[in-house]
Amino acid sequence: MEDKRRLLMDRSQPGRRGTTLPECDVPEAALPERRYLRDDLPMPEVSEPEIVRYFTHLSQLNYGVDTGFYPLGSCTMKYNPKLHEDAASYPGFASIHPLLDGELSQGALQLMHELQQMLAEIAGLHRCSLPPVAGAHGEYAGMQVIRAALRAKGQGHRKTVIIPDSAHGTNPATAAMCGFQVVSVPADGDGNMNLGRLQEALATGDVVALMITLPSTLGLFDRNIVEICRMVHMAGGYVYGDGANFNALLGRVKMGQLGFDVVHMNLHKTFTTPHGGGGPGSGAISVSRELAPFCATPVVTLRNGRYQLETPDKSFGRISTFHGNFGNLVRAYCYIRMLGAAGLREVSGNAVLHANYVQAKLKATYGLAYDRRCMHEVVFSPTHLKRHGVRALDVAKRLIDYGYHPPTMYFPLVVEEALMVEPTETETKETLDAFIEAMEQIAKEAAATPALLHEAPHHAPVGRLDEARAARQPDLRWRGGRKPA
Amino acid sequence: MLDTIGVERVDALFADIPKEFRDPGLNLPPPLSELELKRELQRLAAKNASGDEWGYFLGGGAYRHFIPGVVWNLVKRSEFLTAYTPYQPEISQGVLQASYEFQTLCCQLLNMEVANVGMYDGATAFAEAALMACRLTKRAKVRALATVSPRYIAVLETYAVPQGVEVEVVETATAAGGPEIACLLAQSPNFSGAMEDLDRLGKATHSHGSLLVVATDPIAMGLFKPPGDYGADIAVAEGQPLGVPMSFGGPYVGIFTCKASHVRQMPGRIVGKTVDGQGKTGYVLTLQTREQHIRRERATSNICTSETLIAIANAVYMAALGKWGMRRVAELCYHKAHYAAAQIAKIPGYAIATEGVFFKEFAVTCPAAPSEINKALRARKIVGGLDISSPGTPNRMLVCVTEVNTKAEIDSLIEGLREAADGR
Repeated sequence: MEDKRRLLMDRSQPGRRGTTLPECDVPEAALPERRYLRDDLPMPEVSEPEIVRYFTHLSQLNYGVDTGFYPLGSCTMKYNPKLHEDAASYPGFASIHPLLDGELSQGALQLMHELQQMLAEIAGLHRCSLPPVAGAHGEYAGMQVIRAALRAKGQGHRKTVIIPDSAHGTNPATAAMCGFQVVSVPADGDGNMNLGRLQEALATGDVVALMITLPSTLGLFDRNIVEICRMVHMAGGYVYGDGANFNALLGRVKMGQLGFDVVHMNLHKTFTTPHGGGGPGSGAISVSRELAPFCATPVVTLRNGRYQLETPDKSFGRISTFHGNFGNLVRAYCYIRMLGAAGLREVSGNAVLHANYVQAKLKATYGLAYDRRCMHEVVFSPTHLKRHGVRALDVAKRLIDYGYHPPTMYFPLVVEEALMVEPTETETKETLDAFIEAMEQIAKEAAATPALLHEAPHHAPVGRLDEARAARQPDLRWRGGRKPA
Repeated sequence: MLDTIGVERVDALFADIPKEFRDPGLNLPPPLSELELKRELQRLAAKNASGDEWGYFLGGGAYRHFIPGVVWNLVKRSEFLTAYTPYQPEISQGVLQASYEFQTLCCQLLNMEVANVGMYDGATAFAEAALMACRLTKRAKVRALATVSPRYIAVLETYAVPQGVEVEVVETATAAGGPEIACLLAQSPNFSGAMEDLDRLGKATHSHGSLLVVATDPIAMGLFKPPGDYGADIAVAEGQPLGVPMSFGGPYVGIFTCKASHVRQMPGRIVGKTVDGQGKTGYVLTLQTREQHIRRERATSNICTSETLIAIANAVYMAALGKWGMRRVAELCYHKAHYAAAQIAKIPGYAIATEGVFFKEFAVTCPAAPSEINKALRARKIVGGLDISSPGTPNRMLVCVTEVNTKAEIDSLIEGLREAADGR
């Protein structure tokens, strides 16, 4: 049988071409001397139909939001409207050069300017900066803004960044990239930040910032958030808001009003730009009036009726080649314009409703990390399944057999056997009920036939893969049968 | 659902938000229907000078190249477009195998040993390469050639300084490594379009135990000797020319490759080949102990979501162009750029400022400010070159010519430049 997954280099046949190109319509110039030129160009030779069949087959081995329910916690896998894709492909957006003169790009600049204003309004902060191209890149930009502001105040010696122990790994990694030291703070028994431990961390006197996700990665809104912001400010630090979970708060609260100084929003989560199997994303940040002059270059300004790119007065510098992932900015702009204020508020309402419904239905079967109402996602902790020898991983893999993408597993790290379910607002009750039923069924299987779960998935393109082997003997590219170096 | 949860209204689910901050109201434009929104977007799009309608001679890091129809027809398939990062490999084999193809083709093109699934763009790949070189050599000073794109240098400085890494910008002709230098960072073709003497730079770097980092244009690789042939330790490139629309600056992808012995200090996602329990081949994210979700503050980078879909577009483009097409596109760019340069050199008042061998871009000394010349070119629906004037080199324009520029378009540019000079 034909191996449909054969790699491009193995398919290559001399003389095959996958495209056509025009004849050269100018006199040919002499090529440079030989020492500049390559001898061999070891690229594949395949025809267009072969490429189409191959990549179409690969796509069929993949699962996306358009395939089915994707309750991957903290990733906000909501439906991505198709008009947004069309709009980003209009030649007036897709085929324009980033260094075009402002006179020839007023439409693009206007869109960016309006998006800056709308995102700053949604965050409840003074100004928005669009260059960051991913969530972690937004964190990086935000912490660089804070670093620059502290240095401007003669506080550049400050080194400590406080981060809850439930945080995404990007938070501590970002702090380290900015040259800071990380102090981790645990939650209290209710899932809110432990204020005593926060006070201890602040007492060092050299606090740069608190990086905090709201709602937290436990899916909870920290009831003490206003007090937390006040405490950090009293200690001379700033509050950085990781907006990975902002879908829960759209139109419900403005983070700037709670005391946040910087907030990043993942446009590829909350504002529906599709995730593309690992990007492109967009991590726009909004900042307070005090911090606005320190933002990355460029920002879009409106002066005398003309939109233009500008570098803020005390900008910390440049963080990407051009002005951010403009294609994703178009999509996010579409989303906000289509929903308006009431529509956005309904989004968070339904997102939180759906998560609480799944929580109410499944908490008896799967157990909760914290038994209180959740926001847009719910973290289960099915430690009791261990008595059948069944782990969260096994439940996740068995869900694949039922036709679902599994929830986020083993995160947050502080929750034992964590299964984090984020249904999002774009699912129907029927979809949620069917998922709940599958989860109930899997719990029964765990008790009756645990082997069924251990060997899952049974109906996927491949079974569980040997990750230890992949790391021990890295095979990271085609080598024509030669051994990896 | 409300009954099951035990609340009367959805709003009751937001009770944890302090009352005085709840429901602040958003001041946003009123909602639009799909039809109204489409009209509004078309109106905004029409205000921009699209490369489909205008003759473009603008480069400097983003380029108008031909994109075969096959590329985005495949890449936009929902299963690629709407997937998350492949944390569950059993139902993510499509993205994973396409990523492995991307890694393979980047290595083949640059003659490097290993690649990751890409960084954000060319400049961030360049900056992360410098940080990686510091980790590998345990040195904290890097040297970048003055001929590198100023945008790349700016991003490098942003990334380097907070980590205590010193950046020196040095003259290209005498550049070398040094006992305390982690790496020498070069760009070839450089910002002015010229090929650097990587042979000399490689030797002058490695003799001091410093590493050689090279940023390149992937389209030039169809013709020119790749960084791997010069012993580059890390080679990076902006992936945009490989089938990605200019999109006013993004999304793009940063190609990132290195020597196999350095792989454990590489930032970003890496896909590896392995087997399942039945011995069937499959692909997974691998060497993850380098990454933030495991290593946290000790990770090689904070990068998480990157640009996977764009990397897949690069892979499909490289497959479609293939051995013949990659060479042909490079030749077309070369011939057309050299034709344009030869014609411009004949116009009184203009001179070619780029010395030595160049590829598809070259600097031109103009008789007037490039901004004025470009304004005059607009009447011909031509977007002129990039203004790279500086106090030491006034009236300097960087002209870019690709396979998309027809002879008629180039001839119109020449006429326009002549008129702009005469009209003064």
